[in-house]
Amino acid sequence: MTTPTLTTAPPDTTPSRRRPKRARRRGTLIAWAFLAPALVLFLYFKFIPMFEGLRMSFFEIRYAGDRFVGLDNYGRILTDDAFTAAIWHSVLLAVGTTVGSLLLGLVLALLIEGPARYLWFVRTAAFLPVVTTMAVVAEVWRIMYHPADTGMINAILGWGGLDPQPFLASEDTSLLSIMGMSVWRGTPYDMMIFLAGLVGVDRTLYEAAAVDGASTWHRLRHITLPALRPVFWILFTLAAIRGLRVFVEVYVLTNGGPNGSSEVLMTLIYKLGFQKGELGIASAGGILLFLATLLLTVLVQVIRRRQAA
Amino acid sequence: MMRFDTALGLEARRGPIATTLKFLVYAAMVVVFTGPLVGLLVSAFSRTLDPTSFSLWPDGFTFDNFVKAADKNVYDYLLNSFVVVGFGLLLQMCVSVFAAYALARKRFRGMTFVMLIMLATMMLPEEIIAIPLSLVLSDLPLLNVDLIGTYAGMILPVGAWGFSILVMTEFMKEVPVELEEAARIDGAGELRTFFTIILPLCRPALGVIGVFGFTMIWDQYLLPLIVAPQSDMWTLPIALRSLRSDEEVGIGVLLAASLLALLPSIIAFLAFQRQFMRGLTSGAVKG
Repeated sequence: MTTPTLTTAPPDTTPSRRRPKRARRRGTLIAWAFLAPALVLFLYFKFIPMFEGLRMSFFEIRYAGDRFVGLDNYGRILTDDAFTAAIWHSVLLAVGTTVGSLLLGLVLALLIEGPARYLWFVRTAAFLPVVTTMAVVAEVWRIMYHPADTGMINAILGWGGLDPQPFLASEDTSLLSIMGMSVWRGTPYDMMIFLAGLVGVDRTLYEAAAVDGASTWHRLRHITLPALRPVFWILFTLAAIRGLRVFVEVYVLTNGGPNGSSEVLMTLIYKLGFQKGELGIASAGGILLFLATLLLTVLVQVIRRRQAA
Repeated sequence: MMRFDTALGLEARRGPIATTLKFLVYAAMVVVFTGPLVGLLVSAFSRTLDPTSFSLWPDGFTFDNFVKAADKNVYDYLLNSFVVVGFGLLLQMCVSVFAAYALARKRFRGMTFVMLIMLATMMLPEEIIAIPLSLVLSDLPLLNVDLIGTYAGMILPVGAWGFSILVMTEFMKEVPVELEEAARIDGAGELRTFFTIILPLCRPALGVIGVFGFTMIWDQYLLPLIVAPQSDMWTLPIALRSLRSDEEVGIGVLLAASLLALLPSIIAFLAFQRQFMRGLTSGAVKG
């Protein structure tokens, strides 16, 4: 078990005749002592809130005293128009952002694969959006999305002879505009992970394929893409979960507007919890979101196992 | 014989048309991904600002926006941000290093359970527990302390981070056991071995968890939003929203403040690029 320690006898452990046992117990004690800060912080700021959220989701929370309402909160969420719309928007945003960043990330990774020095520069530059603070990115894009023809993106569209778009200001385009910004920020991340995956592809397979006279497309289709499959699933899971729980982007860009057209689950939960004081319903929404992310992760794991088998 | 170092074999194509096309693609990538950030940089120092858009060409260089920012308490928000990220990161790194030491170097009862706890916290997105967390923070169970409106309320919840602990654990497993045993034979105690043998060998990993922790804490939004209801405790990212619609100063102050909120994470990334990429790939690929 533990490596025997040759340090001087510890003064605090329980006395025991047999040395190995004492040493082992001492090792366990030390291990838990080193883990204690992390465990206490996790307990207070992750697990207690989690269980408190679960409890609250079954109650109507009032100053006078909480009232048990069973599954009413969940029922109200699933039948409420605002909530179902928000769930739908969250899913749309998650799907759009995930697919967009994965595809773009893969294409860009293939384009800039290689050891050249200037490629390293392109990579570093392209990666900057990932490390920038979300709130700043959102403010910058809000300005760029300005609906008048003086707005930056509209000016660029104008060069191409396109009409100015309302972007965030219209019910029809608000969600798409948020998606555009999220893809911009998510693509470089996916690109970088794909690049790391590409490094692991067996080079001798490329040469063998070349000897057999395979085209670039065939090489891509039968060697590169299958090799990237595990990376793809990880990125898919990460992006989908991030998409479902999106908050800052929407909160800063539109705060759910105009007219609720870009309201997502988290902004609605935030409004219900902190502005309307509907803590029970807001908690139930959080639990549903948690179940959705859990389901998604398990589903992806199952698909991966199937594919591997 | 052609060489096949990359999937598309673009490196091998060297004709004038191929080269031009390649460089057009690369230039487009750089412009698209850095353009908005460069625009922010230029406009923050620009004199006359169109309130609706920003310019990629500087229109008179000025520090005006940064001077006016002082009237809007931007530097107080920046200071709050630095206090939170400074103490938060210090706490987070200490907690991670201690926990990783136990997980990597000790074998003890309950270890699988602890690993499960770590993974569970990484699975649980913090957005989801925001509402109950605000209640827990306003009245900590057993301790009955109210952390709303305090720095501690923004620092303690980021103190333990599963990602950081796991990266550190993986790294510590690589440190040879012989070194530790040698130190023990020399009579070094547990803490001494930890601080003089293990920790110095883990310096590269400290860089990784340092730069990731920094970006993670600097990027916190929902947490300060629920902890700091009064503007005197705001961090810079959540203060940006309030600087938006100012009739007299336009978007100048907003841009200056945005730039100030952006620079630390960009600098941290550029300075610790190698560590960043390393943590990125190890975190995601091992997943």
